[in-house]
Amino acid sequence: MSFEIKNPKDKYDVVIVGSGAGGGMTALILAEAGLSVAVMEAGGDFDPAKEEYRTQMRWPWESPRRGAAIHRPFGDFDAAWGGWEIDGEPYTRKNGTSFDWFRSRMLGGRTNHWGRISLRFGPKDFKRKDQDGLGDNWPISYEDVKPYYDKVDKLIGVFGSKEGMENEPDGFFLPPPKPRLHELYVKKGAAKLNIPVIPSRLSILTRKINNDRGVCFFCAQCNRACQVYADFSSSTCLIKPAMKQGTVDVYTNAMVREVLTDNEGKAAGVAYIDKKDLSDKRIMARAVVLAASACESARILLNSRSKYHPDGLANSSGMVGRYLHDSTGTDRMGFMPALTDRDIYNEDGVGGLHVYTPWWLDNKKLDFPRGYHIEYWGGMGMPSYGFGFNMDTMRKYLTDNLGNPSPNGGYGKALKNDIRRIRGAMVGMSGRGESVPQYDNYCEIDPNTVDKYGIPVLRFHYKWTDYEVRQARHMHDTFEEILTGMGAVLLGTKPTAETQYGLLAPGRIIHEVGTTRMGDDPKKSVLNRYAQAHDCSNLFVTDGGPFVSQADKNPTWTILALAWRTSDYIVEQFKQKNI
Amino acid sequence: MDRRENLKWLISGSLATGFLITTGCKETSPEVAVSLPAYGRTPEETLHDSKIMAEQFFTEKERKTIEILCDIIIPADEKSGSATDAGVPDFIEFMMKDYPQFQLPVRGGLMWLNNECSKRFGKEFIDCSESDRMLVIEDIAWPDNASPEMSQGVKFFNLMRNLTATGFFTSEMGIKDLGYVGNRPNEWDGVPEEVLKKHGLSYDARTLEVCLKMEERNKIAAWDEYGNLIRT
Ligand SMILES: Cc1cc2nc3c(=O)[nH]c(=O)nc-3n(C[C@H](O)[C@H](O)[C@H](O)COP(=O)(O)OP(=O)(O)OC[C@H]3O[C@@H](n4cnc5c(N)ncnc54)[C@H](O)[C@@H]3O)c2cc1C
Ligand code: SF4
Repeated sequence: MSFEIKNPKDKYDVVIVGSGAGGGMTALILAEAGLSVAVMEAGGDFDPAKEEYRTQMRWPWESPRRGAAIHRPFGDFDAAWGGWEIDGEPYTRKNGTSFDWFRSRMLGGRTNHWGRISLRFGPKDFKRKDQDGLGDNWPISYEDVKPYYDKVDKLIGVFGSKEGMENEPDGFFLPPPKPRLHELYVKKGAAKLNIPVIPSRLSILTRKINNDRGVCFFCAQCNRACQVYADFSSSTCLIKPAMKQGTVDVYTNAMVREVLTDNEGKAAGVAYIDKKDLSDKRIMARAVVLAASACESARILLNSRSKYHPDGLANSSGMVGRYLHDSTGTDRMGFMPALTDRDIYNEDGVGGLHVYTPWWLDNKKLDFPRGYHIEYWGGMGMPSYGFGFNMDTMRKYLTDNLGNPSPNGGYGKALKNDIRRIRGAMVGMSGRGESVPQYDNYCEIDPNTVDKYGIPVLRFHYKWTDYEVRQARHMHDTFEEILTGMGAVLLGTKPTAETQYGLLAPGRIIHEVGTTRMGDDPKKSVLNRYAQAHDCSNLFVTDGGPFVSQADKNPTWTILALAWRTSDYIVEQFKQKNI
Repeated sequence: MDRRENLKWLISGSLATGFLITTGCKETSPEVAVSLPAYGRTPEETLHDSKIMAEQFFTEKERKTIEILCDIIIPADEKSGSATDAGVPDFIEFMMKDYPQFQLPVRGGLMWLNNECSKRFGKEFIDCSESDRMLVIEDIAWPDNASPEMSQGVKFFNLMRNLTATGFFTSEMGIKDLGYVGNRPNEWDGVPEEVLKKHGLSYDARTLEVCLKMEERNKIAAWDEYGNLIRT
């Protein structure tokens, strides 16, 4: 589970903490520039092409729990080693507020099993304050990031379609797969309401982009990680090629606890716990890059106290951990009478949605300031734990030739047949929206708790505002309109104000960012526009921490683009001997 | 082999199914054959599964009752076998240990069933005649029409229906029954024409134009400077 490092160096040019989206990209670009790099990864080695790790192309009965999400939160075959709770690595919450923190401890981090939805932020997304007066603008604009989005598209591959929408910038797309049957119904239903439904944008290779990676063979299982590397994971698409450069050492099972500083207050390396024997070790380097995921990087900084940095490294502004924000989210389901008694064919497709709805309205005309996109699900996928449940409430939606409904519940041959008939008739939709970052939503060090490595843990304080709550209400109105428009029977009831209109707890959408935000003013931000610490010139952050605002898009494509941009800047600093 | 040695073996990942592990101390406890599936488990997961698979939750009598209930819920028909044919009771036994929250409602539910049978017929469920059993089942199988005093029984039967149905349709037999034809390399080229027709749907011209064509999949992609994919 760990690599053998043949010749560990006394000192590296750069040490990178974390091997997920940000860390992988940074490692590759720095290695290609010839710098020597140590990548510190708290989890073990992972490679979906190795039989010992393979969960792809397995049948439900290979799992004694039939794929149930009892131990792995997204199901027994999901590739995540980790989840909302990790044994011996707690986090706490303050004043009864809520935040749920998803971590994966493995080479490649959460990119092994993420949803692969790969959206660029648009020009408006970098300058929200200009439009609604809330929060802050990014110090950079779409034009600064565009060249990097272009490069990421070509290096990693993403399918999609050119739509020419102002705030949904097009990229260098591979061809998207055709919509599935329920997705055609979605399109039809939404068209009646003038809601756009366009091909999704996922980092899955529908066409080959090089000879190192295979092409998608439509098994719909990207969350299990792809044996032929046809979807993007940092481990397979960034760390692997980075290691080929010959200047990169990957330390697995290496849990970094703090950044070390020299007697001028500059970063000198990191201290870490070697999980194999629980010993405390050090790696020295000329520069340190944190990419341990937004909250974990904040935790490391806050735990790195020294004479020069008494409140934690890079924290003279007090902004480390502040402005933590996640996307909003809420979901609804429907039952499609037209999709009962279906003809059987292989509808697996790619591992994710084939169509989605980008934000289509003008917030100036609405009672909430920021937008959301809609993801759709349904179809005749592989049955897994949970298939066949709820016939005590759902069976009545099936009707016979004369239109008589089946009775709820029951048993026997008639029940067995009704379960066959209902397969593939469910559709659902999920709104994923932009929240307004708040100073008062933050993570900090819990003064009373350490994890099993003795490292002080994070304590979260997070509350949604009325902006997010009103947005969730709008999502549910929209869901009902689309479901009705496509001929579905609404399932469940519409959530009300009591439950914040079904708004999921912060952290649940797993787009947490903002904890080390960038800005031109060192009093109000942790990093400058290149994600370099204002207080410490050889310290950088390349995960979601630098985000000023998380758009109504998923964050990872932007993490990758910014990590590349920062890496170019680091190489330049080495060239100019500033580091 | 002693237990520690065994676990090391398991953790090394090179395990076949039908492994032998010893439960507890070598001298006093018998070796139990446990079939451990290998499907990309972490060492912690392998340890957990091997531990609970060596335990037995249901008593013989409970197990018997579960088997009868399973086959009432999913019997054999023209297309496939019954729930017990598909090994559903083993799955339910596993779930009791893997998700302990099931233990009380299922064990208690089985007791409720026996109490009800002994009230009505002076016997436990498994000792009742088939027709007597079905009298009780009829009273708890239809949630919308059941009488209020049967509500606990209804709840139990709902849970049994869920577990049995999902256990059956995720088994090899159940997947075959459903005719699921995925989980294999495929070329997704859209919904079959005749299905589209049946639903009165079609792919519009633009969708057909932008979407993937199967014959281009293995050609390495290239774009012009504006990001237009070069298609031949
Ligand atoms: C189920 C799921 C679906 C998702 N779907 C999407 C999607 O469709 N689109 C999208 O854009 N985003 C999606 N995301 C979010 C996406 O996964 C993250 O945005 C992305 O992985 C963040 O990259 P990162 O490099 O910041 O962190 P991570 O990918 O989390 O990587 C951080 C790495 O650092 C390591 N690490 C942590 N602490 C330490 C330490 N102290 N010392 C050493 N190493 C450490 C971790 O083990 C991990 O490997 C999804 C996430 C999940 C869980
Ligand atoms: S859907 Fe395609 S890319 Fe995803 S895991 Fe399957 S083959 Fe790989």
